[in-house]
Amino acid sequence: MNAAGNLPTWAALLTALLVLVGAAATLIGSLGLLRLGTFYARVHAPTLGTTLGMASILAGSALFFSMLEARPVVHEILIAVFVGLTTPVTLMLLVRAALYRDRIEGSKEVPAADAAEHSIPQD
Amino acid sequence: MNALAILSWAIIGAQIMLALAMCCAVYRLVAGPRAQDRILGLDTLYVNAMLLLVTFGIRIGSTLFFEAALVIGLLGFVSTLALAKFLMRGEVIE
Amino acid sequence: MSGILPYPLLSLALLILWLLLNQSVSAGHIILGSVLAVLASWAMAALRPEKPRIRRPGAALRLAGMVLIDILRSNLAVGRIIVRSRQPGVNAGFLTIPLDLRDRHGLAVLSIIITSTPGTIWVNYDAAKGTLLLHVLDLVDETIWIQTIKHRYERLLMEIFE
Repeated sequence: MNAAGNLPTWAALLTALLVLVGAAATLIGSLGLLRLGTFYARVHAPTLGTTLGMASILAGSALFFSMLEARPVVHEILIAVFVGLTTPVTLMLLVRAALYRDRIEGSKEVPAADAAEHSIPQD
Repeated sequence: MNALAILSWAIIGAQIMLALAMCCAVYRLVAGPRAQDRILGLDTLYVNAMLLLVTFGIRIGSTLFFEAALVIGLLGFVSTLALAKFLMRGEVIE
Repeated sequence: MSGILPYPLLSLALLILWLLLNQSVSAGHIILGSVLAVLASWAMAALRPEKPRIRRPGAALRLAGMVLIDILRSNLAVGRIIVRSRQPGVNAGFLTIPLDLRDRHGLAVLSIIITSTPGTIWVNYDAAKGTLLLHVLDLVDETIWIQTIKHRYERLLMEIFE
Protein backbone atom coordinates (compact mmCIF):
# COMPACT_ATOMS: atom_id res chain seq x y z
CA MET A 1 0.00 0.00 0.00
CA ASN A 2 3.02 2.33 -0.22
CA ALA A 3 2.11 3.73 -3.64
CA ALA A 4 -1.42 4.79 -2.69
CA GLY A 5 -0.58 8.12 -1.09
CA ASN A 6 -2.69 10.42 -3.24
CA LEU A 7 -5.88 8.38 -3.18
CA PRO A 8 -9.08 10.27 -2.18
CA THR A 9 -10.81 8.95 0.94
CA TRP A 10 -14.09 8.10 -0.78
CA ALA A 11 -12.27 6.12 -3.51
CA ALA A 12 -10.34 4.09 -0.93
CA LEU A 13 -13.50 3.28 1.03
CA LEU A 14 -15.50 2.41 -2.10
CA THR A 15 -12.70 0.17 -3.37
CA ALA A 16 -12.55 -1.58 0.00
CA LEU A 17 -16.32 -2.15 -0.07
CA LEU A 18 -16.33 -3.44 -3.67
CA VAL A 19 -13.42 -5.82 -3.08
CA LEU A 20 -14.97 -7.19 0.11
CA VAL A 21 -18.39 -7.69 -1.51
CA GLY A 22 -16.83 -9.47 -4.48
CA ALA A 23 -14.68 -11.73 -2.31
CA ALA A 24 -17.69 -12.59 -0.13
CA ALA A 25 -19.79 -13.49 -3.18
CA THR A 26 -16.99 -15.69 -4.51
CA LEU A 27 -16.58 -17.39 -1.15
CA ILE A 28 -20.32 -18.10 -0.90
CA GLY A 29 -20.28 -19.53 -4.41
CA SER A 30 -17.35 -21.82 -3.64
CA LEU A 31 -18.99 -22.79 -0.36
CA GLY A 32 -21.89 -23.98 -2.49
CA LEU A 33 -19.51 -26.51 -4.04
CA LEU A 34 -19.21 -28.06 -0.59
CA ARG A 35 -22.78 -27.73 0.63
CA LEU A 36 -24.89 -28.67 -2.37
CA GLY A 37 -25.73 -32.33 -2.63
CA THR A 38 -25.68 -33.38 -6.29
CA PHE A 39 -23.52 -32.49 -9.27
CA TYR A 40 -26.33 -30.71 -11.12
CA ALA A 41 -27.01 -28.52 -8.08
CA ARG A 42 -23.30 -27.80 -7.63
CA VAL A 43 -22.98 -26.47 -11.18
CA HIS A 44 -25.00 -23.40 -10.13
CA ALA A 45 -22.61 -22.41 -7.36
CA PRO A 46 -19.53 -21.07 -9.25
CA THR A 47 -21.66 -18.64 -11.29
CA LEU A 48 -21.80 -16.42 -8.19
CA GLY A 49 -18.07 -15.93 -8.39
CA THR A 50 -18.06 -15.32 -12.14
CA THR A 51 -20.87 -12.74 -12.08
CA LEU A 52 -21.19 -10.65 -8.93
CA GLY A 53 -17.81 -11.61 -7.46
CA MET A 54 -15.84 -10.89 -10.59
CA ALA A 55 -17.75 -7.73 -11.54
CA SER A 56 -17.39 -6.25 -8.07
CA ILE A 57 -13.66 -6.96 -7.65
CA LEU A 58 -12.87 -5.73 -11.17
CA ALA A 59 -14.91 -2.55 -10.62
CA GLY A 60 -12.93 -1.96 -7.42
CA SER A 61 -9.67 -2.49 -9.29
CA ALA A 62 -10.69 -0.14 -12.14
CA LEU A 63 -11.71 2.56 -9.65
CA PHE A 64 -8.50 2.19 -7.63
CA PHE A 65 -6.12 2.43 -10.58
CA SER A 66 -8.10 5.22 -12.28
CA MET A 67 -7.81 7.32 -9.13
CA LEU A 68 -4.22 6.33 -8.47
CA GLU A 69 -2.92 7.15 -11.94
CA ALA A 70 -5.34 10.08 -12.52
CA ARG A 71 -6.44 8.68 -15.90
CA PRO A 72 -9.16 6.18 -16.84
CA VAL A 73 -7.84 2.63 -16.43
CA VAL A 74 -10.62 0.44 -17.76
CA HIS A 75 -8.84 -2.57 -19.21
CA GLU A 76 -10.48 -4.67 -16.47
CA ILE A 77 -13.52 -4.63 -18.77
CA LEU A 78 -11.62 -7.10 -20.99
CA ILE A 79 -11.42 -9.71 -18.23
CA ALA A 80 -15.10 -9.18 -17.44
CA VAL A 81 -16.11 -9.63 -21.09
CA PHE A 82 -13.89 -12.67 -21.71
CA VAL A 83 -14.82 -14.52 -18.52
CA GLY A 84 -18.46 -13.45 -18.75
CA LEU A 85 -18.79 -14.90 -22.25
CA THR A 86 -16.69 -18.02 -21.76
CA THR A 87 -17.92 -19.32 -18.38
CA PRO A 88 -21.46 -20.10 -19.64
CA VAL A 89 -19.95 -22.06 -22.53
CA THR A 90 -17.79 -24.23 -20.26
CA LEU A 91 -20.63 -24.82 -17.79
CA MET A 92 -23.05 -25.78 -20.57
CA LEU A 93 -20.57 -28.22 -22.08
CA LEU A 94 -19.77 -29.69 -18.65
CA VAL A 95 -23.45 -30.24 -17.83
CA ARG A 96 -24.06 -31.84 -21.20
CA ALA A 97 -21.07 -34.14 -20.69
CA ALA A 98 -22.36 -35.11 -17.24
CA LEU A 99 -25.85 -35.71 -18.63
CA TYR A 100 -24.42 -37.83 -21.42
CA ARG A 101 -22.47 -39.97 -18.94
CA ASP A 102 -25.46 -40.34 -16.61
CA ARG A 103 -27.70 -41.39 -19.48
CA ILE A 104 -25.20 -43.98 -20.66
CA GLU A 105 -25.10 -45.42 -17.15
CA GLY A 106 -28.91 -45.46 -17.07
CA SER A 107 -29.25 -43.12 -14.11
CA LYS A 108 -32.83 -42.54 -12.94
CA GLU A 109 -32.18 -38.98 -11.81
CA VAL A 110 -31.84 -37.42 -15.26
CA PRO A 111 -34.53 -37.03 -17.92
CA ALA A 112 -34.60 -39.82 -20.47
CA ALA A 113 -32.68 -39.47 -23.70
CA ASP A 114 -35.63 -39.14 -26.08
CA ALA A 115 -34.20 -37.75 -29.30
CA ALA A 116 -31.26 -36.33 -27.42
CA GLU A 117 -28.89 -37.47 -30.12
CA HIS A 118 -30.61 -35.35 -32.77
CA SER A 119 -30.25 -32.19 -30.76
CA ILE A 120 -26.46 -32.18 -30.84
CA PRO A 121 -25.78 -30.13 -33.95
CA GLN A 122 -23.88 -32.24 -36.43
CA ASP A 123 -22.72 -29.47 -38.74
CA MET B 1 -7.54 5.07 11.40
CA ASN B 2 -7.41 6.57 7.96
CA ALA B 3 -9.03 5.33 4.78
CA LEU B 4 -5.86 3.78 3.39
CA ALA B 5 -5.47 1.57 6.44
CA ILE B 6 -9.10 0.47 6.05
CA LEU B 7 -8.45 -0.32 2.39
CA SER B 8 -5.37 -2.36 3.16
CA TRP B 9 -7.20 -4.36 5.86
CA ALA B 10 -10.16 -4.87 3.51
CA ILE B 11 -7.84 -6.26 0.84
CA ILE B 12 -6.23 -8.64 3.34
CA GLY B 13 -9.72 -9.77 4.39
CA ALA B 14 -10.75 -10.25 0.77
CA GLN B 15 -7.61 -12.27 0.09
CA ILE B 16 -8.33 -14.53 3.06
CA MET B 17 -11.88 -15.05 1.77
CA LEU B 18 -10.63 -15.84 -1.73
CA ALA B 19 -8.07 -18.27 -0.30
CA LEU B 20 -10.85 -20.04 1.62
CA ALA B 21 -12.86 -20.15 -1.61
CA MET B 22 -9.87 -21.76 -3.31
CA CYS B 23 -9.73 -24.33 -0.51
CA CYS B 24 -13.38 -25.23 -1.16
CA ALA B 25 -12.62 -25.64 -4.86
CA VAL B 26 -9.57 -27.79 -4.09
CA TYR B 27 -11.67 -29.99 -1.81
CA ARG B 28 -14.12 -30.58 -4.67
CA LEU B 29 -11.17 -31.21 -7.00
CA VAL B 30 -9.67 -33.84 -4.70
CA ALA B 31 -12.80 -35.44 -3.26
CA GLY B 32 -14.79 -35.80 -6.47
CA PRO B 33 -16.85 -38.00 -6.30
CA ARG B 34 -17.07 -38.08 -10.09
CA ALA B 35 -14.92 -36.70 -12.88
CA GLN B 36 -17.37 -33.88 -13.67
CA ASP B 37 -17.18 -32.68 -10.05
CA ARG B 38 -13.40 -32.51 -10.26
CA ILE B 39 -13.54 -30.48 -13.48
CA LEU B 40 -16.06 -28.11 -11.89
CA GLY B 41 -13.68 -27.67 -8.95
CA LEU B 42 -10.80 -26.93 -11.30
CA ASP B 43 -12.84 -24.34 -13.20
CA THR B 44 -13.79 -22.60 -9.95
CA LEU B 45 -10.15 -22.73 -8.85
CA TYR B 46 -9.08 -20.90 -12.02
CA VAL B 47 -11.63 -18.11 -11.51
CA ASN B 48 -10.75 -17.72 -7.81
CA ALA B 49 -7.02 -17.59 -8.60
CA MET B 50 -7.68 -14.92 -11.19
CA LEU B 51 -9.60 -12.79 -8.71
CA LEU B 52 -6.86 -13.29 -6.11
CA LEU B 53 -4.30 -11.98 -8.61
CA VAL B 54 -6.43 -8.88 -9.22
CA THR B 55 -6.56 -8.17 -5.48
CA PHE B 56 -2.76 -8.65 -5.29
CA GLY B 57 -2.49 -6.02 -8.01
CA ILE B 58 -4.56 -3.56 -5.96
CA ARG B 59 -2.52 -4.27 -2.84
CA ILE B 60 0.83 -3.69 -4.51
CA GLY B 61 -0.48 -0.84 -6.65
CA SER B 62 0.76 -2.28 -9.93
CA THR B 63 -1.19 -3.10 -13.09
CA LEU B 64 1.34 -5.79 -13.99
CA PHE B 65 -0.90 -8.47 -12.53
CA PHE B 66 -3.63 -7.65 -15.00
CA GLU B 67 -2.02 -9.51 -17.90
CA ALA B 68 -1.44 -12.57 -15.72
CA ALA B 69 -5.09 -12.52 -14.63
CA LEU B 70 -6.22 -12.23 -18.25
CA VAL B 71 -4.06 -15.19 -19.29
CA ILE B 72 -5.32 -17.32 -16.38
CA GLY B 73 -8.91 -16.50 -17.31
CA LEU B 74 -8.40 -17.56 -20.93
CA LEU B 75 -6.37 -20.68 -20.08
CA GLY B 76 -9.06 -21.74 -17.62
CA PHE B 77 -11.64 -21.55 -20.37
CA VAL B 78 -9.61 -23.60 -22.84
CA SER B 79 -8.58 -26.28 -20.34
CA THR B 80 -12.07 -26.76 -18.92
CA LEU B 81 -13.49 -26.95 -22.42
CA ALA B 82 -10.94 -29.63 -23.41
CA LEU B 83 -11.62 -31.65 -20.24
CA ALA B 84 -15.40 -31.47 -20.71
CA LYS B 85 -15.02 -32.57 -24.33
CA PHE B 86 -12.85 -35.44 -23.16
CA LEU B 87 -15.61 -36.55 -20.74
CA MET B 88 -18.16 -36.53 -23.51
CA ARG B 89 -16.22 -38.27 -26.27
CA GLY B 90 -13.13 -39.80 -24.71
CA GLU B 91 -10.99 -37.79 -27.15
CA VAL B 92 -10.13 -34.12 -27.39
CA ILE B 93 -9.21 -33.88 -31.07
CA GLU B 94 -11.34 -36.01 -33.34
CA MET C 1 -19.96 -2.63 -47.54
CA SER C 2 -19.25 -6.28 -48.16
CA GLY C 3 -15.92 -5.51 -49.86
CA ILE C 4 -13.57 -3.90 -47.38
CA LEU C 5 -15.59 -4.18 -44.18
CA PRO C 6 -17.71 -7.34 -44.20
CA TYR C 7 -18.38 -7.19 -40.45
CA PRO C 8 -18.19 -3.56 -39.27
CA LEU C 9 -19.30 -4.30 -35.70
CA LEU C 10 -16.74 -7.08 -35.29
CA SER C 11 -13.96 -4.85 -36.65
CA LEU C 12 -14.95 -2.05 -34.28
CA ALA C 13 -14.98 -4.46 -31.31
CA LEU C 14 -11.52 -5.77 -32.24
CA LEU C 15 -10.15 -2.24 -32.55
CA ILE C 16 -11.50 -1.36 -29.09
CA LEU C 17 -10.01 -4.60 -27.74
CA TRP C 18 -6.60 -3.67 -29.17
CA LEU C 19 -6.70 -0.16 -27.72
CA LEU C 20 -7.78 -1.45 -24.29
CA LEU C 21 -5.04 -4.08 -24.24
CA ASN C 22 -2.38 -1.50 -25.07
CA GLN C 23 -3.97 1.18 -22.88
CA SER C 24 -3.27 3.86 -25.43
CA VAL C 25 -5.16 5.89 -28.03
CA SER C 26 -2.11 7.11 -29.94
CA ALA C 27 -2.28 7.36 -33.73
CA GLY C 28 0.12 4.45 -34.22
CA HIS C 29 -1.98 2.06 -32.13
CA ILE C 30 -5.18 3.17 -33.86
CA ILE C 31 -3.67 2.47 -37.30
CA LEU C 32 -2.18 -0.88 -36.27
CA GLY C 33 -5.40 -1.91 -34.52
CA SER C 34 -7.52 -0.92 -37.53
CA VAL C 35 -5.35 -2.96 -39.89
CA LEU C 36 -5.57 -6.00 -37.60
CA ALA C 37 -9.34 -5.56 -37.18
CA VAL C 38 -9.93 -5.41 -40.95
CA LEU C 39 -7.68 -8.43 -41.56
CA ALA C 40 -9.52 -10.40 -38.87
CA SER C 41 -12.89 -9.52 -40.36
CA TRP C 42 -11.67 -10.81 -43.75
CA ALA C 43 -10.69 -14.07 -42.07
CA MET C 44 -14.17 -14.17 -40.55
CA ALA C 45 -15.73 -13.55 -43.98
CA ALA C 46 -13.84 -16.55 -45.35
CA LEU C 47 -15.71 -18.72 -42.84
CA ARG C 48 -19.03 -17.31 -44.12
CA PRO C 49 -21.10 -17.41 -40.96
CA GLU C 50 -24.77 -16.50 -41.14
CA LYS C 51 -25.03 -12.77 -40.59
CA PRO C 52 -27.09 -11.69 -37.58
CA ARG C 53 -29.59 -8.91 -38.13
CA ILE C 54 -30.20 -6.77 -35.09
CA ARG C 55 -33.54 -5.17 -35.80
CA ARG C 56 -34.02 -3.01 -32.72
CA PRO C 57 -30.93 -1.77 -30.85
CA GLY C 58 -33.17 -0.10 -28.25
CA ALA C 59 -34.70 -3.44 -27.30
CA ALA C 60 -31.19 -4.91 -27.06
CA LEU C 61 -30.19 -2.23 -24.56
CA ARG C 62 -33.36 -2.82 -22.54
CA LEU C 63 -32.61 -6.57 -22.53
CA ALA C 64 -29.04 -5.95 -21.33
CA GLY C 65 -30.25 -3.80 -18.43
CA MET C 66 -32.90 -6.34 -17.47
CA VAL C 67 -30.36 -9.18 -17.54
CA LEU C 68 -27.95 -7.27 -15.28
CA ILE C 69 -30.71 -6.66 -12.72
CA ASP C 70 -31.83 -10.30 -12.90
CA ILE C 71 -28.24 -11.54 -12.42
CA LEU C 72 -27.84 -9.37 -9.33
CA ARG C 73 -31.18 -10.54 -7.93
CA SER C 74 -30.54 -14.23 -8.50
CA ASN C 75 -27.03 -13.85 -7.02
CA LEU C 76 -28.72 -12.84 -3.78
CA ALA C 77 -31.30 -15.63 -4.07
CA VAL C 78 -28.72 -18.38 -4.71
CA GLY C 79 -26.45 -16.99 -1.97
CA ARG C 80 -29.35 -17.17 0.47
CA ILE C 81 -30.06 -20.78 -0.51
CA ILE C 82 -26.41 -21.80 -0.04
CA VAL C 83 -25.93 -20.05 3.30
CA ARG C 84 -29.32 -20.31 4.99
CA SER C 85 -30.95 -23.48 3.73
CA ARG C 86 -30.52 -26.51 5.94
CA GLN C 87 -30.51 -28.91 3.02
CA PRO C 88 -29.43 -26.78 0.05
CA GLY C 89 -30.25 -28.00 -3.41
CA VAL C 90 -33.09 -30.25 -2.33
CA ASN C 91 -35.49 -28.41 -4.66
CA ALA C 92 -33.22 -28.64 -7.70
CA GLY C 93 -34.64 -30.27 -10.79
CA PHE C 94 -34.88 -30.41 -14.57
CA LEU C 95 -37.47 -28.43 -16.48
CA THR C 96 -38.62 -28.55 -20.11
CA ILE C 97 -39.79 -25.36 -21.80
CA PRO C 98 -41.30 -25.10 -25.29
CA LEU C 99 -39.68 -22.23 -27.20
CA ASP C 100 -40.99 -20.21 -30.14
CA LEU C 101 -37.64 -18.59 -30.84
CA ARG C 102 -35.96 -20.20 -33.86
CA ASP C 103 -33.19 -17.77 -34.83
CA ARG C 104 -29.76 -19.27 -34.09
CA HIS C 105 -28.24 -16.06 -32.82
CA GLY C 106 -31.24 -15.44 -30.60
CA LEU C 107 -30.90 -18.94 -29.14
CA ALA C 108 -27.18 -18.38 -28.56
CA VAL C 109 -27.86 -15.15 -26.68
CA LEU C 110 -30.62 -16.83 -24.68
CA SER C 111 -28.29 -19.68 -23.69
CA ILE C 112 -25.64 -17.21 -22.46
CA ILE C 113 -28.26 -15.25 -20.49
CA ILE C 114 -29.77 -18.34 -18.86
CA THR C 115 -26.46 -19.95 -17.97
CA SER C 116 -24.77 -16.83 -16.65
CA THR C 117 -27.72 -16.16 -14.36
CA PRO C 118 -27.00 -18.05 -11.12
CA GLY C 119 -29.60 -20.67 -10.35
CA THR C 120 -30.50 -21.65 -13.91
CA ILE C 121 -28.45 -23.54 -16.48
CA TRP C 122 -29.15 -24.37 -20.11
CA VAL C 123 -28.74 -28.10 -20.68
CA ASN C 124 -30.06 -29.05 -24.08
CA TYR C 125 -32.05 -27.61 -26.97
CA ASP C 126 -34.01 -29.95 -29.19
CA ALA C 127 -34.10 -28.26 -32.59
CA ALA C 128 -36.62 -30.72 -34.03
CA LYS C 129 -39.24 -30.19 -31.33
CA GLY C 130 -38.23 -26.69 -30.30
CA THR C 131 -38.00 -27.57 -26.62
CA LEU C 132 -35.38 -26.49 -24.15
CA LEU C 133 -34.14 -28.55 -21.21
CA LEU C 134 -33.09 -26.48 -18.21
CA HIS C 135 -31.76 -27.28 -14.78
CA VAL C 136 -33.01 -25.01 -12.00
CA LEU C 137 -31.64 -24.84 -8.46
CA ASP C 138 -34.85 -23.65 -6.82
CA LEU C 139 -37.60 -25.48 -8.70
CA VAL C 140 -40.62 -24.86 -6.48
CA ASP C 141 -43.09 -23.69 -9.10
CA GLU C 142 -42.43 -24.64 -12.73
CA THR C 143 -44.89 -22.14 -14.19
CA ILE C 144 -43.04 -19.16 -12.70
CA TRP C 145 -39.82 -20.16 -14.46
CA ILE C 146 -41.62 -20.81 -17.75
CA GLN C 147 -43.35 -17.42 -17.53
CA THR C 148 -40.08 -15.65 -16.68
CA ILE C 149 -38.13 -17.09 -19.57
CA LYS C 150 -40.90 -16.83 -22.15
CA HIS C 151 -42.11 -13.36 -21.27
CA ARG C 152 -39.02 -11.59 -20.01
CA TYR C 153 -36.38 -12.86 -22.42
CA GLU C 154 -37.85 -14.76 -25.34
CA ARG C 155 -40.27 -12.04 -26.46
CA LEU C 156 -37.55 -9.37 -26.45
CA LEU C 157 -35.12 -11.67 -28.26
CA MET C 158 -37.72 -12.38 -30.95
CA GLU C 159 -38.24 -8.64 -31.35
CA ILE C 160 -34.51 -8.13 -31.74
CA PHE C 161 -33.54 -10.99 -34.02
CA GLU C 162 -36.60 -12.13 -36.00
